[in-house]
Order: sequence, then structure tokens, then C-alpha cells
Amino acid sequence: MNAWEESAISIATFLPLVGALVIVLVPKDKERLVRGLGIVITAAAMVIAVGLAIDFDYGSGAPLQFELNTRWIPAIDARYHVGIDGISLPLWVLTFVLSFLCAIYTWRYVPSPGKTKAFLALMLMLETGMAGTFIAFDLVLFFIFWELVLVPMYFLIGIWGSENREYAAIKFFLYTLFGSVFMLLGFLAMYFRAAPHTFDILELQAYGAGGGFTRAFQLIAFGAVALGFAVKVPMWPFHTWLPDAHTEAPTIGSVLLAGIMLKMGTYGFVRVALPILPEGAQAYAPWIGLLSAIAIVYAALACLAQKDLKRLIAFSSVGHMGFVMLGIATLTPIGINAAIFGMVAHGLITGMLFFCVGSVYDRYHTRQIAEIGGGLMQKLPYLGGIFAFVSIASLGLPGLAGFWGEVMALLSSYSPAGVLSDQVGLFRVFMVAGGIGTILTAGYFLWMLQRVNMGTVPEEWRDAPFPDVVAAEWVSWVPLLVAIVALGIFPRLIIGVTDGAVESLMRLFAG
Amino acid sequence: MNQVIDYHAILPELILSGTIVLVLFVDAFLKERSWFAMPLALTGVVASLIATLTLVGEHRSTFGDSFVVDDFAVMFKLFFLSVAIVVLAISLRYFRDGGSYQGEYYFLLLTSFLGCLMMPSSRDLLVLFISLELVSAPGFLMAAFRKTDLRSNEAGLKFFLIGVLSTAVMLYGMSLMYGVTGATNLAQIGVALAGDLEQGKETLALAAILFITVGFGFKVSAVPFQFWAPDTYEGAPVPVAAFLATASKAAGFAGLLQLMFVAFPAQFEFWTPIFAVLSILTMTIGNFVALQQRQAVRLLAYSSIAQAGYMLLPFALVTADQAANQDVFAASTTYILIYAVMTLGAFAVVTALSRESRALPISDFDGLAKRAPVLTVAMTVFMLALAGIPPMGGFWAKFLVFRVAVERGGIGVALAVIMLVNSVVSIAYYLAIPRAMIFQAPQRERPFASPVLVTGVTFVAMVAVVAIGIYPELLAHFPPLSTLVGP
Repeated sequence: MNAWEESAISIATFLPLVGALVIVLVPKDKERLVRGLGIVITAAAMVIAVGLAIDFDYGSGAPLQFELNTRWIPAIDARYHVGIDGISLPLWVLTFVLSFLCAIYTWRYVPSPGKTKAFLALMLMLETGMAGTFIAFDLVLFFIFWELVLVPMYFLIGIWGSENREYAAIKFFLYTLFGSVFMLLGFLAMYFRAAPHTFDILELQAYGAGGGFTRAFQLIAFGAVALGFAVKVPMWPFHTWLPDAHTEAPTIGSVLLAGIMLKMGTYGFVRVALPILPEGAQAYAPWIGLLSAIAIVYAALACLAQKDLKRLIAFSSVGHMGFVMLGIATLTPIGINAAIFGMVAHGLITGMLFFCVGSVYDRYHTRQIAEIGGGLMQKLPYLGGIFAFVSIASLGLPGLAGFWGEVMALLSSYSPAGVLSDQVGLFRVFMVAGGIGTILTAGYFLWMLQRVNMGTVPEEWRDAPFPDVVAAEWVSWVPLLVAIVALGIFPRLIIGVTDGAVESLMRLFAG
Repeated sequence: MNQVIDYHAILPELILSGTIVLVLFVDAFLKERSWFAMPLALTGVVASLIATLTLVGEHRSTFGDSFVVDDFAVMFKLFFLSVAIVVLAISLRYFRDGGSYQGEYYFLLLTSFLGCLMMPSSRDLLVLFISLELVSAPGFLMAAFRKTDLRSNEAGLKFFLIGVLSTAVMLYGMSLMYGVTGATNLAQIGVALAGDLEQGKETLALAAILFITVGFGFKVSAVPFQFWAPDTYEGAPVPVAAFLATASKAAGFAGLLQLMFVAFPAQFEFWTPIFAVLSILTMTIGNFVALQQRQAVRLLAYSSIAQAGYMLLPFALVTADQAANQDVFAASTTYILIYAVMTLGAFAVVTALSRESRALPISDFDGLAKRAPVLTVAMTVFMLALAGIPPMGGFWAKFLVFRVAVERGGIGVALAVIMLVNSVVSIAYYLAIPRAMIFQAPQRERPFASPVLVTGVTFVAMVAVVAIGIYPELLAHFPPLSTLVGP
């Protein structure tokens, strides 16, 4: 293991944070330089990340690659332990790709009231926090990265958001913080219950798999950490911060929020809660499944009632994350693979949807479906076409990325893990509910397209000089569109990466 | 009794006493340039700091073991002297431009700090009492230092009346304790209380502990003895409020730590529930009342009350297990030190702003991001740190307390949950000032003029808070410092 392999993922993760400091030091009037730096920094980090993904040994049985485990805070037994396995790799790379695309988008669009420097610096801080969460293998380190995203996102929503931004920002902050403090409590409890005391995720995993934690303890600890993750996902009924945060956030904020930050919650379930507390997971699985099924149906119904385009996409996120959680609740390898696939697909598709809605708003200056009034296809054929394509991907059309995550989640809930054999009937009910959800999802997306894309251009927009998709948009969108098609056709691109790690992780639940 | 005084052990106090006398003469002889008192005072503090550094690692005691210099004492002395430097730095322009009697002010301030310096060395009820009064009595006068301002007069008077009352209660407790044990030395009291006490004496001893705890409860503004603090902080000059919220409070805690861990550890079953209740009330009421505040100093005052609740929490976790008590002790001490850095920084920013606004409603912070970006970033860091958001230093303070609470199990977990909920609530008001600074439009257009010294100490405090947050190992040598808790 040479020095580069040990430090590469840390360099990629912290590069944006260093870049943020550099950007802060650039003089205010060098607007182009600031935006250019944003692109260069995110590009450099992405190049390292993609390079590592190519370098990643997919056939190896090693649990962690590019691992670095060194002293950090001996006083409290916290170590700087980072590494990558098949589960974290797709999400980690996705973080860098989406951030890079966001930086390109910012080349043209900095939301009101400007302040590009602060905007990009916060976005880069956010990138470090998100990327770090996916590589941390020490609970304290994990928690620090996890919380690192709160402050930048609070300011991104609070400064650059729309009318109701302050309310949405503080609601987002309080909700997530409330969940995460209980998560911290759960972490500490696990630390003190493990012998010897450790915050190391792998050691705790081994200890948990060996039956080190009593069932009673697991029930409590799982409840505490799951609360933190559930708020972040967000699972119904903890989702109410999400529509507000998404609706008020600037486009970039929504893209990163939907694209990556929500995945931190589901990733937490897969990485921390399930393997360390298997009996807790088993006990809670039917409840998680129930809440997921409710989320799928509830979100679809809520979407049918939305008048605001962005709010509609936000609620659709709740539904999609419901499918991801349903996959996790089954505790099967297929379910977890479905979940990770669903996370990536949702990141690409919903990120892209928020880009589209942002661009529509940038032209129409309204997000109200009624005010746009239809005719997008006629007025802006390219934007309308892309929007239609991504919406259809989102409703789960076979052949596009959205399909596999959903269908595999439904498939896995037909036959949940061996340890859940008592609840097979229940999970099949969830499957039916999820199936109804997919129909409703198709319904609200098609209805939305009908109201926004179809029809004739209303009188008031007929002569408006809206530009169709511009260069910065093409550059930041094409990679996402290509990925949506590619993952739809070759799902192995993700599942091939995750499967090995998932199989070894889920052996616990085979029953 | 022929005593040899260890002059090296009391050198920091001696230097500071000499400086105090010199400073008092400044007003009399240098009328035109009485601001000169500040550099003079600063020189004395720095000299005292250097003298304290020569004591690092030493273990000395003098005056018949009633004055002890050990790691605990040296650490707190270094801390108090650093706080003194900051308070002096933010005082210069405030009092020079305010046209007050500067020599008098610096004399009082240093006298208070002399009390602070003595406090962590006081291992005798009498010395402890003298130190405490030395901290408080000049404080009464300093709180009322804006003589033409009615609020300031009210601040001083309230502080005085409550202070005297609490002193009386505490003194009563101390006399009872002497009656029971026949000793004033803390270590001897500890030995006496650990032995078998007769039935009646046991009750008396518990009553004495209760009275002394109540007395210190006033000093550290624990609920229900907190009501003087917001009015006093608001009325007092801002640098004085900064002193009261940090050094004065920390001195109270230093005294409390010594009493509880040296003199009264045997009775922990009696006093841990008291501290549990005090802690819960203090953090909860402090936080919830803070939510209603519309004035910056009052907000910081309630914040300091709530924070006192977090500092009191570890006291409720003491057991007979000395190894665990080490961690408990370290958690409380570390919290006090980190809290002081964050709060001092926040008060420095408020001092800077007090130059253009006397009443200091939060709305006066509107749009400061445009006019004073460095102060805005610093204030945001301090507020997030006080709320305990990583990666700021305040997170580790909270983390250590959570840690010992969870380790204790049972009641500890319950206390931890209450503290967690409180920390979440606190973010709502801690963000009020950054929100005004960043989200609102400025009320004035002209550039903001902040004195160089104030900006300087603000910046240093901010760097310290972030540095502790990123590399908390900086604090790792604190746990071994808890020489008070030994087998």
C-alpha cells in the first residue's frame, strides 16, 4: 500500500474544502475567476474520484480499498479511518460528479442575490461533508462529516432561496439536527457496549455479527440511530422538512439535496444500522417496510395535489426514497442492491429534474403549473423534451435508470430475508402498495407533463424571448442524461460494483 | 506557629497585586492620559502569566496547605489570565471613548481577576470565601460603571443584593461545616466526612453542603438562582458582562469542583440528585427563555445560563468509582474552558457593535455581513459552536459530557437525552444573530469601524474555536490534569 493509495480518497474529499478557502481569498470583483475556480476545483476532485473508481479492484474480496486508518483523537478512541467498498463507491463518485455539474451550471446561473464567492465556497464545503460521509469508517468521523453538511445547506437555502427561505432553512436545520443528536446518542451507546470500546464501524460490525449486543440493547440503539437516518432520508412521517427545503432552495441546493444528501440517510442504514445491530434491524424491518409503503402511496397522492412544479418533484422524492427504504427493509441482497441502485438512479434523475425545473423558473419566473400554462414543448422544444424524458425516467419506464431500483425493490419484498419469514404476507402487502404507488407515480408525472409540456403556449408567454437550452446547461446535463440511459440498459454498471459487498454484508440475515 | 511562605507559589498573585496598586495611581497622576492604565494592567497580567508558566508541573502548597499550586490550579490560572488579556483588549476603546474613570475600572477588573487567580488554589473554606468575595465585590461596582445609565445602576444593585444574599447563605453553610468537622481545610473536611459521623452531625453536614451549593448556585447563575444575571449583564458595560459570563462564572465552577471533589465526595449520593435537578432546570429554562430574547446581551445571558446547565450535568454523574470520576471531572472542566472561549468571542463582537448602538437589539445586527464580514463569520462560528455544531470546538465540549453521561448509564442517559433536546432547541436562538447579520439588509450604509484590538481578539478566538473543533487532541492533556480526583 503506497502513500498515494492511502491518501487519495482523503485528498479528493478534502480538496473542495481547501478550494473553498482559496475562493474566499480571491478578490470580490474577479467574478469569472471565482466561477472558473469552482469548476476547476470540482473537476480536479472528480478526476481523482473517477480515477480511483477505475483503479478500484472489483474482483477483490478485500472489504475495504484505499483504506487509511490512523490516529486522530486518542483521548476518546476516535480514529481517522476511511476507505471505500462496493457500497460506498457509487455514491462517493456520484457526489463528485454531481458537484462538478453543479459548478458548471453555476458558470451561468448564480441565484439572486449573487455573492458568487460565498455561494461556491458553501457548495464546496457541502461537497466535502457529503463525500466524507460515504468513506468514513469511524462513527465519530462519520458524525462530523454528517453534520458538516448542515451549515452550508442552511445558508444556501437561507440566502439564495425563494420567498419563504428563512422558514425552510431553519426547519431543515432543526429537523435534521434533532434526528442526528439521537443518532449520536446511539453511537455512544454502541461504543460503550462493545468490548473493547470502539467507534470503528468494521470492529463494531464484527462484534455485532458475533452476537455481542443483547437484543434489548439493539432495539433501543437501533431506534436511536434509525431516527437520525430516517429524518435525513426522509421517511414518512419525518418528511415534512423536505418539501419546504426543496421548494425554497436554489436549483443547485435542490440538486445536491435530492441527489446526494438524502442518500446519506439510506446509506447510514446500510452501513451502520443493519450490520452492527442485526437483531434490531430484524425487529424494526416490518415497521420500516410499513412506513415505506405509506410513503410511496402518500407521496404519489400528495404529488397529484401539488400546484407548484418544484414542490411536486420534492414530494416525488419522498416516494422514490420509499422504494429505496422498502428494499432495505427486506434485508435481502436484492433489496439492498435495489436500494443502492435506487439511490444512484434517484440522484441522477431527480437531480436532473431539479435542473429542469430551475431552468424553467429561470425563464418563466414562476413555478406554478397553472401560470406556466402548458406549451413548453412548443415554446422551448429542447428543454421541454429533456423534461419529458427525465419525467418518464422518473416514473420508472423500463430501459431507463429509474426502472431497476423500483422493480428490484418490489421483487425483493415478495420474498424478504429468511429472518423475516414470519412476515412474508405483510411484505407482500407492501409490494402491492408499492405497485399501486408506481401506477399513481406514472399518473401524476404524465398529468404534470400534460399540463406543462402539452397544449398551446398561453398568450402572455407567446412573445417572451426565452432562450432554449444554453451551452452551460447542455454541458452540465448531457452526462446525466447519458448516465440515465446507460444505467437503464446496463444495470450491472452499479449492481456489479455493489453486489460483492452487499452479499457479504447481508449474509447475517439469510436466516 | 511559624510558617514559611512559599513566595514562588504565590508569585502570580503578588505580581497582579502590585499591578493593581500601580493602576490605581494612574487616575490620580495621569489625568490626561488615563487610558494608560490599560497597557499597564496588560503588562501586569502578562508578567503574571509568565510567572504562572514557571509553575507548570510544580506541586507546591503554602499557608498550611490552604493555598495549593497543582496542575488543576495552574491550568485555571493560565486560563483566567488569558481571559483577562481578552477582557482588557475589548475594554480599551469602550472605556476610553466612553469617558469613564479608567484607572478605577482597571483597578476593579484586576482585583476581580486576582480573586479568580486565587480561587483554584484555595483548598480552605476561608481562603475560598476570600477568593470568591474578591471576584464578586469589584464586580458589583463594575456592573454599575455606566454611572449615568439607570439600567447600569439597576444592574449593579441587583447583582450586589443577590451577591450578598448568596454569600450569607454560603457562609452559613461553611460555619455549619466547620462545626461538624472542626476543620476548614478541604482535604481534612473530606477525610472527616468520609469517616463515621454521628446521626445529628450527618444531617448538619448535609445541610451545610446544601447551603454551600446554593451559594455557588447563585455565582454560576444556575436556575432557580439565575434571575439576576440577564438584568445585570444587560445593564453592565459589555466588557464587564463578558467578564461576568466567563471568568466570574468559571471561578464559581473552579470553587465548586474543588468543594465537591475534594471536600464532599463521600456524600455524593446526597448531592448528585441535587445537581441533576439543577442541571435540568438550568439548561431547560435558560434555553426556552432565550428563545424569547430580542436583545443581544440578554440572549447571551440566557445562553450562559443554559450553558451552565450543561456544565453542571457531569456533577450529577459522580459515583464512588474514582476512575469514572476522572472522566466526569475532565468533561466539566473542558466544557468550562471551551465555553469561555466561545462566549468571550461573542461578547467581543457585541462590544464592537456597542459603539454604534447602546440598546443592542438583535435588529441592530442586520446586514452586518456586508459591513463587517470578518466579525460576521466569527460571530457565526461562535454561535454555531455554542450550539454544539461540529466541526466547531463547542461540539467536543458537548460530546465529552454526552460521553460520560452515556457511560454512566441509567440516570446519565436520561440526562443526556434532556441535554440533546436542549441543544437542538438552542440552535433556534443561536442562529438569530447570524440570521440578522447575513439574511437581512443593512440599516446603515457606512462602513463598520471596529477597534483593531477587538477585531484581533475576535479573530484569535475564532481560530481557537475552529482549531479545537478540527483537532480536539489539543485538549487531550486536560484529563490527566485532574489531580483533584485521585485514588
